[in-house]
Amino acid sequence: MAEVWHIFKREFKAYFVSPVAYIVITVFLLVTGWFFFSPFFLQGQATLRAFFGMLPYVLSFVVPAVTMKLFAEELHSGSYELLMTLPVNLGQVLAAKLAAASAFVAIMLAPTVIYAVSVSLVGDLDWGAAAGGYMGALLLGAAYAAVGLFASALTKSQIVAFIIAAAVCFVLTLLDAMLFFLPDTVMGVAGYLSAGAHFDNIAKGVVDSRDILYFLSVAFVSLYGAYLVLCEKQ
Amino acid sequence: MMIQVNQLTRYYGELCAVNGISLKIEKGEIVGLLGPNGAGKTTTLRMLTGFLRPTSGDITVNGLSIHTHMPAIKRLMGYLPEAAPVYGDMLVYDYLVYVADVRGIRREEQGDRISRVAGMCGLQPVMHQPVAELSKGFRQRVGLAHAMIHDPEILVLDEPTSGLDPNQIVEIRDIIRQAGKEKTIIFSTHILSEAEATCDRIVIIDKGRIVADQATGELIAEAGGDRSLFVSLAGADPETAKAGLAGVKGIRDVQVQPSDPSDPSGVVRLKLICAPDPDPRRVIYAHIRQTDWDLLEFYGETRGLEHIFRKLTTEA
Repeated sequence: MAEVWHIFKREFKAYFVSPVAYIVITVFLLVTGWFFFSPFFLQGQATLRAFFGMLPYVLSFVVPAVTMKLFAEELHSGSYELLMTLPVNLGQVLAAKLAAASAFVAIMLAPTVIYAVSVSLVGDLDWGAAAGGYMGALLLGAAYAAVGLFASALTKSQIVAFIIAAAVCFVLTLLDAMLFFLPDTVMGVAGYLSAGAHFDNIAKGVVDSRDILYFLSVAFVSLYGAYLVLCEKQ
Repeated sequence: MMIQVNQLTRYYGELCAVNGISLKIEKGEIVGLLGPNGAGKTTTLRMLTGFLRPTSGDITVNGLSIHTHMPAIKRLMGYLPEAAPVYGDMLVYDYLVYVADVRGIRREEQGDRISRVAGMCGLQPVMHQPVAELSKGFRQRVGLAHAMIHDPEILVLDEPTSGLDPNQIVEIRDIIRQAGKEKTIIFSTHILSEAEATCDRIVIIDKGRIVADQATGELIAEAGGDRSLFVSLAGADPETAKAGLAGVKGIRDVQVQPSDPSDPSGVVRLKLICAPDPDPRRVIYAHIRQTDWDLLEFYGETRGLEHIFRKLTTEA
C-alpha cells in the first residue's frame, strides 16, 4: 500500500513539472466556461445542466490527454524497466497511476465550482443536483482515465495512445445519441453501454447504484485490459 | 550458494533469445556476461531481475524461486538497465528519495543512505539538477545509485559503461570494483578488457547459449592454439630470413610484416606462428644468434580474451 502512495505522489507531481498540465487545465476551463456562460443568461435558469451536459464530450478529449503519457512515455524511455524491477507489482502500479490521473481530473474540475457559486448568487441553485453532477464527473473522469491508461499501455507513442483513448471515450459518450442507427436487438445493450446516459442520470441528482456500477465496470474492464497487455510484455 | 539458473529459456514469438542457460553464481563473485550483440545477455539479466518471465526454466536466489518469490528477490537485487532510463523530469535528489520510498527505506535512514550512494557514485555536484539535463556519465551514475540505494546483496548491471568516454569508463569501473568487495555482481559488457580487468569469472554467451564459463585467469590461460611471436631484424634480407626461420623446429609459418615507411634502415619484421609446446623461443633465439643479423625486437603476443571471444562466438 505504501508503494502505491509513493508512486501516486511521483506521478501526480510529474504532471505539474511540465507545462502540459497547465495547458490542459487552461483549455478545459476556457472551453467549459465559454460554452456554459454564453447561453446561460439567454436561458434564464439557475442550473448547471448546460455545464454537466457538455462535460462528457469535453472530458472524452481532455482525459486522454492527461493519461496518454502514463505508460507510453515509460515504455518509450525504458523507465518502465526500472519501475517494474522495484519491489512492486503491476496491480500497484496501475492503481497508483489511475489514482494520479483521477486526482488530476479532480484538480481540473475544482475551479468550476466557481460556476456553481456564481449561479447560486444570481438564482436559486439546486445544490443536491450540483453535488450529484460533480460526483458523476469524478466517476466519469476516473472511468475515462482507466480507458486512457489502457490505451497508453498499448503503445510507446503518446499520440497514438491519445487518439485511441479519445476515440473510445467519445464513442462511449455518444452511444446513446446514436441508438437510432442501431438495430433493435443491440439497442438495449448499446444504451446500457453509453457513458453519456449514465452520466446524465447522476447529473440530474439521481444517484442510482446501476450508474455507479457502470462507471466502476468501465474502469475495471479497462484496467484489466491494461493489466493483460502489460503482462504480455513480460 | 547464491544464484542458481536452471535451463533458462526465453522465446520472443518464434525467436529463441535464451536457450537453456544454466549457471551457478556464488556469493561475492563478480561475474562478467560477455557476448556479441543479440546473444541474449540483456534478456538473461531481465529474467533475473523479474522484468521478463522465462518461457521455461527457473532461477533461484538463496533458494527462492523467481516464479514464487519475485518480490523478495527484487528486494535483494539492485538493477541498472542499459542506458539507465531514469525519469528525466525529476531532480536527482528527488529521484533517489522516490526510489528509497518505494524500496521501503524508512525516512530516518534515507538521509544516510542517499548521502552514502551519492558519495560512492560522485553525485554531489548534481543532486539538485533535473536528470534530463545531466551528461550521459552522470545519468549512468544516477542509475548506479538507484541500483545501490538499498544496499542490495546482488547488483545486476547491463552494460554499465556503454557509451561513456574513457574517463567515465574508468570511474564507473572503480565504483563497480569498490562495490564488488562486499556484493555479488553480475554485469554484461562487450568490452573485453573490462571483463578481464574487473571479473572473477567470465561467462560467454552466444546465440542464447553459454559457450564458456570459467575463472578469468583460466579462460585466458586455456586460450591454447598457436601462439604468435614477433621479431625485428637488422641487416637481413626478408626472403632469406623468412626461408631461414621457416626451417626452425616448432615454427609453422613465417609472415613478413610490412616495414615501417618512416624507418629507412631496412629493418625486417617477421611474425612467427608457432606451436605452443614446447616453448619455441630458445630455439628461435639460438637460430638467430648463428647468423649475422642484429636482433632488435623479440616479443610474444598474449592470446587475450579477444581471441577466445572471437573463436567461441564466430564458430557456427
